[in-house]
Amino acid sequence: MQSLGIDVLFKGSNFLRLLGGLWVSVRISLISVILSIALGLVAGVLMTSKNIVLKAVFRVYLEIVRIMPQMVLLFIVYFGTSRIFGWNIEAEASAIIVFVFWGVAEMGDLVRGALISIPKIQYESAEALGLSKSQTYLYVILPQTVRRLIPLSINLVTRMIKTTSLVLMIGIVEVLKVGQQIIEANRTTSPNAAFGVFLVVFLLYFLICWPISRFAGYLEKRWAA
Amino acid sequence: MKEYLPLYRDALFLTMRIGWEGILLAFVIGLVCVLILHFRIFVLKQITSFYIELFRNTPLLVQLFFIYFGLPKLGLKISPALCGMLGLGLLGGAYMAETFRSGLENIPQIQFESAESLGMSRMQTFRYVILPQAVSSSVPGLVANVIFLLKETSVFSTVSLMDLMFTAKDLIGMYGRTVESLTLLVVFYLIMLLPVSILGSFVERRMRHAEFGN
Repeated sequence: MQSLGIDVLFKGSNFLRLLGGLWVSVRISLISVILSIALGLVAGVLMTSKNIVLKAVFRVYLEIVRIMPQMVLLFIVYFGTSRIFGWNIEAEASAIIVFVFWGVAEMGDLVRGALISIPKIQYESAEALGLSKSQTYLYVILPQTVRRLIPLSINLVTRMIKTTSLVLMIGIVEVLKVGQQIIEANRTTSPNAAFGVFLVVFLLYFLICWPISRFAGYLEKRWAA
Repeated sequence: MKEYLPLYRDALFLTMRIGWEGILLAFVIGLVCVLILHFRIFVLKQITSFYIELFRNTPLLVQLFFIYFGLPKLGLKISPALCGMLGLGLLGGAYMAETFRSGLENIPQIQFESAESLGMSRMQTFRYVILPQAVSSSVPGLVANVIFLLKETSVFSTVSLMDLMFTAKDLIGMYGRTVESLTLLVVFYLIMLLPVSILGSFVERRMRHAEFGN
């Protein structure tokens, strides 16, 4: 039985390179998440508006995000814009644009859901207690919305990290690509490296996403009441 | 643009076939998992929980790479189509199991107790009281999962399946027909997903009986 490629990772700086590739994915998703949350809060408040035009625009936007695979959006931004408009957007920037486009829709919908799920009695009780409008939002509505939102937005982080694996397709050298390079470089000495290397990449993703989603689940349970 | 239509049509059929096979597999895996978890079967329960966590916290692309490029090194050679179906089924199974589980958990204890006090047997309770409500309250989750899984098929091209992405990438790479190929890509994904999305919302509206009377 030949080696299954785990040893390849301990040669030279191979494992560090793999982690470096993982950092590329994580960095892209963190930047996207931060932008998505900021813009998503605004989008969510706008979504609760009763303006018909605004409503229609958001409806179409949400539907596009709901049914278009992120990969298609990546291709459109990366390949399409350069052909149609002559823009030369870097791969990493296109990835961030696409993930923010997607994240704002998701986040906005979560914010909208959280806002409308606050029962009307909360507003009325605050008023009956003599709180002003801004006091109502600051002390009554916001704390409740944030509690609902935090676990859900943490979940969004893990989904972002998982989806960033797609950037491989537009030529960004992330963890899978580094894995492929390592496998190629060691083709002659350990032809079975693909098993070990891809298994490790698989587990690395799990080790990053699993604690985050456990944490989100814990917060959700704790704040459920 | 016309001459590319047959290419995309074939790709659509391929994507749909493997996609729906994968989703069917996901349903079966999800059901088996939730039954194991519900009846707390010894050891299998731990394995199932681990499987669900593992596949919910890793991307399909990485799963496919492992199945398609990694497993053959152990002697398990799999065709691209089977790999796509298996990957989608395993990923989807974990998501479906979660959805079914939360559907079951949503049923209040009083439903079990009331059924018992009406003299229903365990089978009757499950068949006439629990199942209809569980199915009804998991419908929105299931619809979301189906759409999610159909979207995820877009990574199949990485294991050399000639799906829609593959066709588009080919046309861009070989002929430089970027605009045409991207337009057709969007149109064909709409053809694939819009009906599912519309039908899904319809089913969601029709299957809301578990909410009534609360």
